[in-house]
Amino acid sequence: MTYLAKPRLLLADAPKNALGYTRRDYEGAISTLCAGCGHDSISAALVQACFDLDIEPHRVAKLSGIGCSSKTPDYFLGNSHGLNTVHGRMPSVLTGAALANRDLIYLGVSGDGDSASIGIGQFAHVMRRGVNMTYIVENNGVYGLTKGQFSATTDLGSKNKRGVINSDSPIDLVALALQLGASYVARSFSGDKEQLIPLLKGALRHRGAAFIDVISPCVTFNNHPGSTKSYDYVREHNEAVNRLDVILPRDTITASYAAGTVRRVVQHDGSVLHLRKVGDDYDPTDRIEAMNHLHERHALGEIVTGLLYVDSSAEDLHRHLNTVEKPLNKLGDAYLCPGSKALDALNASLR
Amino acid sequence: MKPTDIGNPEYFHKVVDCQWACPAHTPVPEYIRMIAAGRYSDAYMVNWRSNVFPGILGRVCDRPCEPACRRARVDKEPVAICRLKRVAADFKDDIKDRLPQAPVKKNGKRIACIGGGPASLTVARDLAVLGYHITVFDNGKTAGGMMRSQIPKFRLPDSVIDEECDYILGLGVETRFNHWVGSLKNLLAEDWDAVFVGTGAPRGRDADVPGRSEAAANIHIGIDWLSSVAFGHVTKIAKRVIVLGGGNTAMDCCRSARRMGGSDVKVVVRSGYEEMKASPWEKEEAVHEGIPILNFLVPKEFTHDSGKLTGVLFEKVRAEYDAKGRRNLVPTGEADVHMECDEVLVAIGQENSFTWIERDIGLEFDKWGMPVLDPKTLQSTLPRVFFGGDAALGPKNIITAVAQGHEAAISIDSFCGGRDVAKRLPPMVNLVSQKMGIHEWSYDNQVSEEGRKKVPMKSLESALKNINLELELGFDPRLALAEAERCLNCDIQTVFVPKICIECDACVDICPTECITFTRNGDEAELRGRLKAPATNIDQALYVSDTLKTSRVMVKDENLCLHCSLCAERCPTGAWDMQKFLLDVAHAGAEVRRT
Ligand SMILES: Cc1cc2nc3c(=O)[nH]c(=O)nc-3n(C[C@H](O)[C@H](O)[C@H](O)COP(=O)(O)OP(=O)(O)OC[C@H]3O[C@@H](n4cnc5c(N)ncnc54)[C@H](O)[C@@H]3O)c2cc1C
Ligand SMILES: Cc1ncc(C[n+]2csc(CCOP(=O)(O)OP(=O)(O)O)c2C)c(N)n1
Ligand code: SF4
Ligand code: SF4
Ligand code: SF4
Ligand SMILES: [Mg+2]
Repeated sequence: MTYLAKPRLLLADAPKNALGYTRRDYEGAISTLCAGCGHDSISAALVQACFDLDIEPHRVAKLSGIGCSSKTPDYFLGNSHGLNTVHGRMPSVLTGAALANRDLIYLGVSGDGDSASIGIGQFAHVMRRGVNMTYIVENNGVYGLTKGQFSATTDLGSKNKRGVINSDSPIDLVALALQLGASYVARSFSGDKEQLIPLLKGALRHRGAAFIDVISPCVTFNNHPGSTKSYDYVREHNEAVNRLDVILPRDTITASYAAGTVRRVVQHDGSVLHLRKVGDDYDPTDRIEAMNHLHERHALGEIVTGLLYVDSSAEDLHRHLNTVEKPLNKLGDAYLCPGSKALDALNASLR
Repeated sequence: MKPTDIGNPEYFHKVVDCQWACPAHTPVPEYIRMIAAGRYSDAYMVNWRSNVFPGILGRVCDRPCEPACRRARVDKEPVAICRLKRVAADFKDDIKDRLPQAPVKKNGKRIACIGGGPASLTVARDLAVLGYHITVFDNGKTAGGMMRSQIPKFRLPDSVIDEECDYILGLGVETRFNHWVGSLKNLLAEDWDAVFVGTGAPRGRDADVPGRSEAAANIHIGIDWLSSVAFGHVTKIAKRVIVLGGGNTAMDCCRSARRMGGSDVKVVVRSGYEEMKASPWEKEEAVHEGIPILNFLVPKEFTHDSGKLTGVLFEKVRAEYDAKGRRNLVPTGEADVHMECDEVLVAIGQENSFTWIERDIGLEFDKWGMPVLDPKTLQSTLPRVFFGGDAALGPKNIITAVAQGHEAAISIDSFCGGRDVAKRLPPMVNLVSQKMGIHEWSYDNQVSEEGRKKVPMKSLESALKNINLELELGFDPRLALAEAERCLNCDIQTVFVPKICIECDACVDICPTECITFTRNGDEAELRGRLKAPATNIDQALYVSDTLKTSRVMVKDENLCLHCSLCAERCPTGAWDMQKFLLDVAHAGAEVRRT
């Protein structure tokens, strides 16, 4: 399917961010996904989040695997770096890139097939290692690109378009990420940008492995009655644990909250996460409570969303490995390749 | 807010900004698309039905549509709506066989139209095709009124006026030219079923300052002078000319003077340059022709040397605004300025003059000397007498005269048919889907990103040599196509069906101007503030849907929509559709559409 490009005509008073960019400056090529695909909403949310955070597009690296979801980096941040890797192998490429150049903001974009099926191994290790990144799974419960086969996140009992019932147990990537040590873990819904945009902003300002599972209906293959990833089903079963406002150091705080209704979490860079209470008090800094809550609610058939866990003191892979501060491309040849004398000296020291 | 009633014709009509702003409500985007398709004759006829004088208006219309044009909200300049109209007139085929014909058998009613300007001619056209016997009286030699007697030929050649007046006179309209109606009482004594007064606003205001009568030989009233020029009674002017006034008449005076021997012509105006009444393009043309416009100067005295004009003395003023925002011009206290000149043209205003209407015949006038009229029906207090054009509400422009002519014709037809004059005819409205397939519409929805095209002109040198030489050449077909493509097709409406919307946000995400929001309902003022792009233009409506599944509503700010159809292309369920809204205002004697 081809679409017309969005006209570039702009209203004279279109808002600009601190860098002087409009939202349109954060868009990418015109999407070729199916009309109504949840993935397009996530792209739009990313555009808004990067606009709000005054992110310089050339400081972002978008890496993805294969799938409709993995195609989306082409449709936002057209002025950023990025590539599709191999199916399920985005985490290792992202890890390598992050090691080579720590100055960029890393955005991993993947699908449930890409991350939970073929890529489950790589997913596990990138979380364990605490790579400094925002990792998004656009989770539609099917392999959209290959025409709607069940994926590893399809719920038990969910029905496909032709009426076949899924009989395999699902993988909950949020539970996995919590267990594997991700330090910012959230779930959201493509149809709820009010929730999704702040979660993305918080993740982009987090140091360490930030993971967001975004339920993102596939209108073409998984949006029918009987599916647990349809717009209607997700809306009916969505239970948010909190609502997030991200306050940047430059912002003056205008929102006022009634006593006892908000939790404050200060991240390493000074950005503040205000977590507004929804229903029962939920402590997002307690990993064990998060895991318990998740399982409890899952058993009741609810889809738990919101910022489920955050550790603002988390360290990342660079600190663990004690790597050099400068990106490799700024170190210079002599430093990177000190010559045979240095090698001889090293070898001698190891003898 | 309550859900929008899109069944009310006014709702979508307002979205078509140009058509809404046009006094005659010409379906502009409809004819612009025809021009893009090379269907010039069809485009001409769409215009002809609405505004009667496409060739004339395509050159000299005041174009209230252009400041209203949506394009200007996202681009530097609006679509050149007016000059595209001229394209239709320039490139059409012979359209005579498309014109309606007056029935051979008349309906027995006789109507007198006093004045041969656009207002009267419109009444004549509408009623002649219904079988009325129409007689047009005018003191001039030919039809056209001020279009012929005032507007300089370098803007509007006689041939264009002849052609379009003849289409109307060809409907069997009787004319009594060179006939001044000196008494309405006497005319009413003849057995007319109704009388239409379209006599314009024929009197030019004078500058009553010392020296006026002494130096009278070299001081002329602008509109009198222009008509003498139009009819060839005056063919030259002295070298140094001062034009007093800041309206379009002043612009026509100075530009005519430049072509008749005036080498040092200037315009002097009381107000500031920005507040001048003249249209911006008229001012630009004058400046382009080397005519300085000097502002904030009030004439104080005509200086003369024993009756021979030597110049004008001006007082310097500045604008001050009172609490109510009203402007006062107050002297700056600086020394007066004297400007030398040989001739002065006074173009400081135009007035009505009804000396020929007796005050004892039951036709009431207000304290400003204007007839008391019903603003909708244009009927006077003497039921048989109707007014229109400049005679009705003071000097305006051709397109207003035409619009009022149409309204008056409806009134006269109702009156003669014994029907209630106050009861107006509804417009003809049509709303049809433009969908032809997936991502395929019966209109070109790709929005051109090009800037407004300039109309080619003759060289200034040749233009200044001959006052009868039309300055503008008009668009050629290629420029016309490029300009037509700039139109945003505001009549192709976005129609929303809430029942089938799954609230996927696809339309919200794709909209280039962010005009769609799904949110909880609220009252209008509050809702406007919390849309994705705040709706600040309160003259433009919000389109609000019925409540959706998530108990939110869809709100679309009509102000921002580019009619690009991307929402409809993105919608997985077809909840958005693009539908063409065509509205033809009612006309007496509207013939069946053939295009
Ligand atoms: C210098 C100048 C430039 C203008 N330029 C433009 C322009 O560029 N664009 C635009 O849209 N408008 C322009 N106008 C305004 C426009 O010409 C008028 O608004 C329009 O012509 C009004 O039409 P009408 O039918 O009401 O009357 P008119 O056109 O004024 O016609 C009235 C006719 O009635 C005749 N008449 C009057 N009294 C009698 C009587 N008692 N018996 C018989 N006949 C009588 C008059 O001689 C005249 O011919 C201009 C006006 C002037 C003065
Ligand atoms: C190594 C390899 N195996 C299989 C495929 C075929 N393939 C392409 S996309 C895809 C699944 C994508 O599913 P998901 O990541 O959920 O993306 P979606 O299209 O649903 O957004 C598969 C199996 C492939 N491209 N490469
Ligand atoms: S197949 Fe599904 S996931 Fe892929 S673009 Fe279409 S709707 Fe989106
Ligand atoms: S863009 Fe076209 S339809 Fe819209 S107001 Fe301008 S001329 Fe009219
Ligand atoms: S694209 Fe269609 S279904 Fe989706 S929100 Fe818009 S109108 Fe509703
Ligand atoms: Mg998938």
